[in-house]
Amino acid sequence: MNFPMTLRIAFKALGRNKMRSGLTMLGIIIGVGAVIAMIAIGSGAKTRIQEQIASMGSNLLIVLSGSSTSGGFRWGSGSVPTLTVEDSKAIASELSAVKYAAPVLQGVTQVVSGNQNWATITFASTPEAFLIRDWAIMNGRSLIQSDIDGAAKVCLLGRTVVDNLFGEMDPVGQVVRIKKFPFIIVGVLAQKGQTTWGQDQDDVVYVPLTTGMRLLFGQQFPGMVRSISVQATGPDTMKLAEEQITSLLRQRHRIRANQDNDFTVRNLTEAMSAAEESAKVMSILLGAIASISLLVGGIGIMNIMLVSVTERTREIGIRMAVGARGRDILYQFLIEALVLSLIGGIIGIVIGVGASKLISQFFKWPTLISIQALILSFSFAGGVGIFFGFYPARKAASLDPIEALRYE
Amino acid sequence: MAELIRTEHLVKTYYLGEVQVPALKGVDLTIQAGEFVAIMGASGSGKSTFMNILGCLDRPTQGKYFLEGEDVSGLTRDELARIRNKRIGFVFQNFNLLGRTSALENIELPLFYNNSSSRERHQRAMEALTIMGLQGREHHFPSQISGGQQQRVAIARALVNRPSLILADEPTGNLDTRTSLEIMEIFQKLNQESRITIILVTHEMDIARYAGRQVVFRDGIVIKDETFQPRQAAENLSQLPQPGKEGAS
Repeated sequence: MNFPMTLRIAFKALGRNKMRSGLTMLGIIIGVGAVIAMIAIGSGAKTRIQEQIASMGSNLLIVLSGSSTSGGFRWGSGSVPTLTVEDSKAIASELSAVKYAAPVLQGVTQVVSGNQNWATITFASTPEAFLIRDWAIMNGRSLIQSDIDGAAKVCLLGRTVVDNLFGEMDPVGQVVRIKKFPFIIVGVLAQKGQTTWGQDQDDVVYVPLTTGMRLLFGQQFPGMVRSISVQATGPDTMKLAEEQITSLLRQRHRIRANQDNDFTVRNLTEAMSAAEESAKVMSILLGAIASISLLVGGIGIMNIMLVSVTERTREIGIRMAVGARGRDILYQFLIEALVLSLIGGIIGIVIGVGASKLISQFFKWPTLISIQALILSFSFAGGVGIFFGFYPARKAASLDPIEALRYE
Repeated sequence: MAELIRTEHLVKTYYLGEVQVPALKGVDLTIQAGEFVAIMGASGSGKSTFMNILGCLDRPTQGKYFLEGEDVSGLTRDELARIRNKRIGFVFQNFNLLGRTSALENIELPLFYNNSSSRERHQRAMEALTIMGLQGREHHFPSQISGGQQQRVAIARALVNRPSLILADEPTGNLDTRTSLEIMEIFQKLNQESRITIILVTHEMDIARYAGRQVVFRDGIVIKDETFQPRQAAENLSQLPQPGKEGAS
């Protein structure tokens, strides 16, 4: 018996009992739809985290000042500046595992432009800061060495600050006041979005390190910085860079072997990787739960196929009497189960994709539909059809023709 | 005349748990090509078992069955299916047509299982349907036509693969007298004009008289095997009072 014929017979048999076929399919539809929606949610979360890692800059280490102990009190990291500009230079020039290092000072400042004003975080740093964070300049130019050398009163604004102070206008060349000092805007930073913990990375102003030290933050601890941003030469040298920085700074700060560090080295990429890992676990978990519903759908197919074989015993007997072999009957029922599950799979894909779109629309949850997930769940549905269709089909194929013909 | 069927000491024993039930106790029978044989006997006489074996639906426990000279008693299920498809046409008491399937598709059914092309299927099914005088009924479902017409669809299905043997199991059991006669007329015509061998199982003496040979079974053996001058169904049919319309079942 040829395949198109068998397929036609299968469609006819299923069409005879539309309600039952539809309900049987529903199990597969829900299963496939759930798998696709869950994988979409999981991989959406994963992709978002990966984007955030990329936006933060790759292979990023942050060296923070403190904690210092004074009069029995231990202050938190960064509370007392212990790092110097010289430390940063030494890290950048002496360590093999380090590509760039940039000293950073920061503080909350009010930025004023005409009758508009906006509280934001102002960072004072060197041009390397943008290289480390892989941060492009959208308009104008970046900081340059002469800005640092001459303590120029120039600044770069993040997207959020521009939106709040200038709206749609191009701010390059305009002047803003920070702590009463006028700064010329030389550039606008490209948009980066939020960090994993929901912080707006575009709500920033960058000024040259020297300008920041002299005019904005420097009075209390001259020559000291809050932190040093460091980029390692690659993902494999992160650990090495961390060790090199620790031993270099211990040596430079003359810390004895039994004393605690007066600085902290943080590996942000590592923390993000952990978040990524948990997103992956969530994604697998969601997929696994959804697969169970697909499995239940498969059991539904088996149940209905068994009923169908019993109901159609006479038909099987007739077909055998006129020359159907066991495998003709086997294929017929197997293909029926397969058609059920694959049509269910197609409808399930449509519903799953639709559901993912709705979820991202209404819950602002990122979803990502990958073609692999579609293929995977579709073939899984087919596999379920074959697996659960096989037993009823074999039962049909092994019927005795005489008994099948006599069956009432 | 060539020998179509020969059985040698055919034995069939059913095992119901511990109990052995002998259904056939050694049947030797030869049927020539072109014969019209009626097989008779009470229920439990072994005639159905014998028919199942002749029809390659079942295999004997002992003995040999030669169909056109080939020993088919030891063939596998698939090989038997092939023989049923190519060489044997079945006609049953309760017609055994597929429900909700058109007459034409019912007739095409055996052709599905020997890889005939769709054009060939249609052509041969239409041919068989025309021989049975069912023109205009090709798209009717079995439930939409009379019992006599259903049996003619079943005969067309049996003929569609041009078998050498037709096995009819009580083909008139569900039909009224007139329709029964019409069916017997068809069988006689097929036998006399197309030289198709027909083996008919019946318990009605009236019906058996249309065959040229009667074989009677009792308790698993043949007790009587006689050749007759058969009655002609066409003559008897013309003697029946003419009804207004074709008889319904």
